[in-house]
Amino acid sequence: MAAEIVAEGVCYQYPQAADMALKDINLRIRKGEFVAIIGPNGSGKSTLAKLFNGLFVPTKGKVTVDGLDTRDRNNIWKIRQKAGMVFQNPDNQIVATMVEEDVAFGPENLGVPPEEIRKRVYEALEIVELTEFAQKPPHLLSGGQKQRVAIAGVIAMRPDYIILDEPTAMLDPVGRKEVINTVKRLNKEEGKTIVLITHFMEEAVQADRVIVMDKGRVVMMGTPREIFSQVEELKAIGLDVPQVTELAHRLRRWGLKVRGDILTIDEMVECLCPLL
Amino acid sequence: MPIIVKNLTHIYMPGTPFESVALQDVNWTVEDGEFWGLIGHTGSGKSTLIQHLNGLLKPTSGEVIIDGVNINERGVNLKEIRQKVGLVFQFPEHQLFEETVEKDVAFGPRNMDLPEEEVNRRVKEALELVGLNYNEIKDRSPFELSGGQMRRVAIAGVLAMKPKVLILDEPTVGLDPKGRDEILREIVKLREEQNITVILVSHSMEDIAKLVDKIAVMHKGRIVDSGTPKEIFKNYQGLISIGLDIPQITHLMLRLKQKGKDVATDVLSVDEAEAEILKVVRGKGRA
Repeated sequence: MAAEIVAEGVCYQYPQAADMALKDINLRIRKGEFVAIIGPNGSGKSTLAKLFNGLFVPTKGKVTVDGLDTRDRNNIWKIRQKAGMVFQNPDNQIVATMVEEDVAFGPENLGVPPEEIRKRVYEALEIVELTEFAQKPPHLLSGGQKQRVAIAGVIAMRPDYIILDEPTAMLDPVGRKEVINTVKRLNKEEGKTIVLITHFMEEAVQADRVIVMDKGRVVMMGTPREIFSQVEELKAIGLDVPQVTELAHRLRRWGLKVRGDILTIDEMVECLCPLL
Repeated sequence: MPIIVKNLTHIYMPGTPFESVALQDVNWTVEDGEFWGLIGHTGSGKSTLIQHLNGLLKPTSGEVIIDGVNINERGVNLKEIRQKVGLVFQFPEHQLFEETVEKDVAFGPRNMDLPEEEVNRRVKEALELVGLNYNEIKDRSPFELSGGQMRRVAIAGVLAMKPKVLILDEPTVGLDPKGRDEILREIVKLREEQNITVILVSHSMEDIAKLVDKIAVMHKGRIVDSGTPKEIFKNYQGLISIGLDIPQITHLMLRLKQKGKDVATDVLSVDEAEAEILKVVRGKGRA
């Protein structure tokens, strides 16, 4: 059985909508990958994410998760357990009055025995580095911490795929870093496959692969370097590039010998030092 | 219409086990026509502070003086204050409720008992100020619009009351880069055309650096620093230590300086960095 999420010829139309929200999407998310999806508001990113774990089923085409077709309702529990989702607003995802109870909510619903739940909850809290908050009420936590509780709740269900829909949109700079570092650790250390939807380009550059969506279609796909070196194309669809990438692009137009695929401050420093 | 905040302290749920000090001895003066950025990590007191500026919250102690009037004194008409000081909350689109865009934007001015003609004039003007076409959008349901459009309608609802001070709490959260730039451009235009005072609460140091004249930095319920963006972002270590950041481009210039390169570090935008690096490269070529 193939260990991947596959979308084949996927179209999706919301009830009563005049247009398709997704048009002929073909892609594969391989196990162990860290994929970022970027695109303007209304480009279909969140809709696509909801198709990955069967919250929505395609109007046309099909989505399979490890070979399981999301259109088959008998697969739905297995699929949801394989592919967990984290949403934008941490306050809408927290259900319990104590952090550990909140994390236990998912496995409880899966019918996991109590001893096993306890083990999973503590493992999950350890992974998101919130063990000391286990017995605290969630509303006393910061935004970044709450979002990490939501992630722990998903981890406790032992999914292979974690899909995060703008998990940092409502957080301050510190909260954003906390969540992104947690996501990276889940990928590198725990081997989880990550699909991260984001408006922050500095987050997308940390992925293995970037998928760019516009008007319901996938318009670009590649490594962060391949994608972000196309400054003009991204701007044309209303996206941005990191400030250092933009600076490199402009300096090249002045004829300076700077690489066109700069993504980080470190790379830019290395490139500029010999010139200054 | 200057705003003066004097020794303002606010304690939530005083005298209970949940008592927490949200603001502690805050002093702040906002002069007419100024454009301020208010920064601080979540829980630093920004939202509590701005809710005092139009009387939504009352100080535990201290004063808020607007146009020479202590707004918490007996007999002050808070309705009037709230028309002068317009507050746009986070996710203002969640507060849309009417059947049509026109009715929603008209809600504020209509409650001001203005003649119907004046209400209509203001609705039209406010929608155009936020970059929406009045004729195209007036009869649509606000709930059919895109996220960015809904947010603009919500902002127009505040503008239709013709505030002298406009306070925006994270107006660009959740918008894509294009939507973000559009809203920010409109705020700048609005300020130039209407000559109003603007206070912008934001987590985006890039946006703050680009737009405002002055920044107030909040930490643990106090204003710990204030000044021009160049002055504030110079204190990199201080900002990092209280959970804030500086624009990526400023960070780059600091790193080059650390490597012994003779570059200016008070650079806040890509434009400025481009000019500075070209200047240094060309200077070196001539030497």
